[in-house]
Amino acid sequence: MGIEGVGARVARKEDKRFITGGGRYVDDMVVPGMKHAVFVRSPHAHAQIKKIDVKKAQAMPGVIGVLTGKELKADGIGNLICGWMIHSKDGSPMKMGAWSPLAVDKVRYVGDAVVIVVAETKGQARDAAEAVEITYKELKAVVDATKAIQAGAPQIHAESDNNLIFDWEIGDGKATDAAIKSAAHVTRMKIVNNRLVPNAMEPRAALGHYDKAEDHYTCWTTSQNPHVARLVMSAFYNVAPENKLRVIAPDVGGGFGSKIYIYPEEIVCLWASKKTGVPVKWVADRTESFLSDAHGRDHVSTVEMAFDKDNRITGLKVDTIANLGAYMSLFSSCVPTYLYATLLSGQYNIPAIHANVRTVYTNTAPVDAYRGAGRPEATYLLERTMETAARELGVSPAELRRRNFITSFPHQTPVIMNYDAGDYNASLDAAMKAADYAGFTRRKADAAKRGKLRGIGMSCYIEACGIAPSAAVGSLGAGVGLWESAEVRVNAVGTIEVLTGSHSHGQGHETTFAQVVNQRFGVPLDSVSIVHGDTDKVQMGMGTYGSRSGAVGLSALSKALDKVEAKAKKIAAHLLEADEGDIVIENGEVKVAGTDKSLPWFQVALAAYTAHNLPAGMEPGLKETAFYDPANFTFPAGCYISEVEIDPETGVTDIIQFVAADDFGNIINPMIVEGQVHGGIAQGIGQALLEGAHYDGSGQLLTASYMDYTMPRAGDLPSFKVSTSNTPCPSNPLGIKGCGEAGAIGSPPAIINAITDALGVPDIAMPASPSTVWSAIRAKKH
Amino acid sequence: MYSVNYHRAASVADAAKLLKNGDAKLLSGGMTLIPAMKTRLAAPSDLVDVSRLKELQGVKVSGKTVTIGAATTHYDVSADEKLKKACPALAHMASLIGDPAVRYKGTIGGSIANNDPAADYPAALLALGATIITNKREIAADKFFKGLFETALKEGEIVTAVSFTAPAKAAYEKFRNPASRYAIVGVFVAKGKDGVRAAVTGAGEDGVFRSKEVEAALAKSFDASALNGLKVPAKGLMSDIHASADYRANLIAVMAKRAAAAANA
Repeated sequence: MGIEGVGARVARKEDKRFITGGGRYVDDMVVPGMKHAVFVRSPHAHAQIKKIDVKKAQAMPGVIGVLTGKELKADGIGNLICGWMIHSKDGSPMKMGAWSPLAVDKVRYVGDAVVIVVAETKGQARDAAEAVEITYKELKAVVDATKAIQAGAPQIHAESDNNLIFDWEIGDGKATDAAIKSAAHVTRMKIVNNRLVPNAMEPRAALGHYDKAEDHYTCWTTSQNPHVARLVMSAFYNVAPENKLRVIAPDVGGGFGSKIYIYPEEIVCLWASKKTGVPVKWVADRTESFLSDAHGRDHVSTVEMAFDKDNRITGLKVDTIANLGAYMSLFSSCVPTYLYATLLSGQYNIPAIHANVRTVYTNTAPVDAYRGAGRPEATYLLERTMETAARELGVSPAELRRRNFITSFPHQTPVIMNYDAGDYNASLDAAMKAADYAGFTRRKADAAKRGKLRGIGMSCYIEACGIAPSAAVGSLGAGVGLWESAEVRVNAVGTIEVLTGSHSHGQGHETTFAQVVNQRFGVPLDSVSIVHGDTDKVQMGMGTYGSRSGAVGLSALSKALDKVEAKAKKIAAHLLEADEGDIVIENGEVKVAGTDKSLPWFQVALAAYTAHNLPAGMEPGLKETAFYDPANFTFPAGCYISEVEIDPETGVTDIIQFVAADDFGNIINPMIVEGQVHGGIAQGIGQALLEGAHYDGSGQLLTASYMDYTMPRAGDLPSFKVSTSNTPCPSNPLGIKGCGEAGAIGSPPAIINAITDALGVPDIAMPASPSTVWSAIRAKKH
Repeated sequence: MYSVNYHRAASVADAAKLLKNGDAKLLSGGMTLIPAMKTRLAAPSDLVDVSRLKELQGVKVSGKTVTIGAATTHYDVSADEKLKKACPALAHMASLIGDPAVRYKGTIGGSIANNDPAADYPAALLALGATIITNKREIAADKFFKGLFETALKEGEIVTAVSFTAPAKAAYEKFRNPASRYAIVGVFVAKGKDGVRAAVTGAGEDGVFRSKEVEAALAKSFDASALNGLKVPAKGLMSDIHASADYRANLIAVMAKRAAAAANA
């Protein structure tokens, strides 16, 4: 490791512009003639649209266009798609209802877009939006998925009887039932995973520009994957063919999954730009984000975990109802299935697993992947159940886990995954040591003297990242491949541009990708530029989500660097009159091993472009492209421990300590990895203690602003104690597993296990707010 | 925000005149009014800004009598050295309002005229038995706070100051809403010339109110221990997604006890 190479704690290159206000976000983009859009959204959770009258709005000052779904349909713009086909256990395909970018006959959740108003200023667009007259016939709404599948519930889409989208299963039901029947002990729980609103710092935004002279569209959008956006907008929404559509995702202020999907607004802005003849910009306000960003989680499950007399798990049976909201968002179908149920083996040897998942329409915002996507739900279910089982069996939570840990690799689980490497005892040991687990009893007694309730809880999580082999996900129903591309352009003076299909919306790619280049050629970080987020610059890519930029994106970069290195060595061998096999590249010099013969890196690059003296038959230039398709998922894992102290008078939970011991494989930049873990834990603690989306019975979102939706604040969080003990990933060239989601996956059960330990109750709902904790204490007393 | 006519009043009398314009609203710190206008929930035709009027500024302490100008910011109340001596509980309470930005802009007059059911000042003024002085009359706090966002103020009436006699002992404890950080329950207890008064904000269905139970217990002995085992009825308390009426009732007892302890510290 050099001072800027792999493993170095390099300060982030991009932070200078971010922290000095120099970032360039969609809302910073200005196109000559640009006008402003406001969407008229449904105030009702479920209603028929009887009439839309736009006359008054059209006559308002500054108004350029007021456009409806009917006009959109007439122009052939397609419905939104779901990119992952799931079949029910009876073999039938999922029953998906239509999602028109602008609602035509019916609205299905509060916030459903109905009309777009384009005006000279945003204020004028807002005024005109208020003048649009829509006559609705209100229908009964249902927001709770467990109620929506009951007979007689309001029917949201004609296509799905009783709002059931699919009824899917995985694993061996018979073997699992047999294991439960013959078990020495069965732990049974009902597990609820609360609905969350992603809340990226930058709200979603889109700027659509149709250039009539060129017959070409440009879309600036807050996207985690601009190439997928272009593909989908071309292939399914009929906006424009790919060669006539450029999608740019510039600086993006956080995504957490919510900016993976192609939403109605970017499609409508592009279409509206052609329709009105002006570039059209829309920027969500915060309440619009609450209402219309895809939400996360919202599962209700029952679980049965069977043990033999030696406390070994013999079977796991799970039944889950997942709320997908009013429409199927782009990856909504794979989150509660292949990203969830395939992780139900956790870190444990479980011979038989069966999971049944029903996905359900409700009159709520669409639900899709949110940091962790399925894996937090699996981990929460499993780790809450393990904790409860340990209490019921009268053994320590750590010992029960140890007894069941997978210790030899590769390990094939009963639910598809083949774990390639890991050391679960190592992370458990590290976490227990860092938390002074042994000293807890004393600390609990001290707290009791002060009238406080102490509890400790752990969570041993595993996740699958870097998704995934394209052929494998294709066979499971994915509509896209999940490889990544990289192009390395060495300039004539030796500086380097890396073009990547990964997209940074806070992850620090401009630093980590450059570190990998620095490691290879010794070129200073300042001489390496990372280009991403523009379909005109980067040919194709799959974007960033599922902790895949390191494991997949950097692997593609590594492959491209291999090709550049090979060619550079050929050129150097030729110039230095040495054998190609003797050439080494170190600290910015290209040397003949064992001699004092060397060339500076830039001279090799220059030679490639002057082409005065290249090996016979070699093409000039030094630029290579690689596509990397992963051979397997990667499997980050770790152990989190939290210790809490509860004030029984108020129900306030104070997190005394939070320890994370992770296995991320090889690490490019420990500081960035720690930042990812800190952010993930903050979100996980947010879910456990603070955050929860609440709809009332009529489908109004009660938590549609920060007045009612509790985002974690610095004061809510302790200083985290984080460490890693890493086993390199064997399936990719850099040995990376991924770290972006671990914190959000591993932390909620650690917190809830600690709270239930402190209170001596079997379960408590998330978020365990002071009011909820106080109520649990009171209920226990009575 | 809809377009609005802005007027900067030259005096209280001028402000009263300007308030006769259309659907005019008085603007002080604007910490509630401006966000409501931005979200288009409020749409006054005219704003009459009194926040810079010298005659409405500052804290005066004369013997036991404290007078605070209506346009005095929360920060100025919290940092006033004379007040910290005369009634440290009120200075401390002001330091707990909102966040620094709110404290530098928001004013005592604006807060009580708005009478948000979760605002802090109404509890303090009610517990201190304060007098609210307007451009027309003086109103006892007991008569001033009427209900949710409702006061005894008449059309065109402007709060100019509040005044009270410094209590022997007083303290404020608040339990914050985890999201908004407004009070879910705030209890101000005071032992003054007229005995013990305890007022509760954040909890009542009709806004700020005096707690008979807390007052009766503290009247016997102005000590935290007097509140041991105190039961406050949940009837008449708000219930929402953040706190049930029962939880609020519990918090009133807990915050009252903590306030009593702080008042004696």
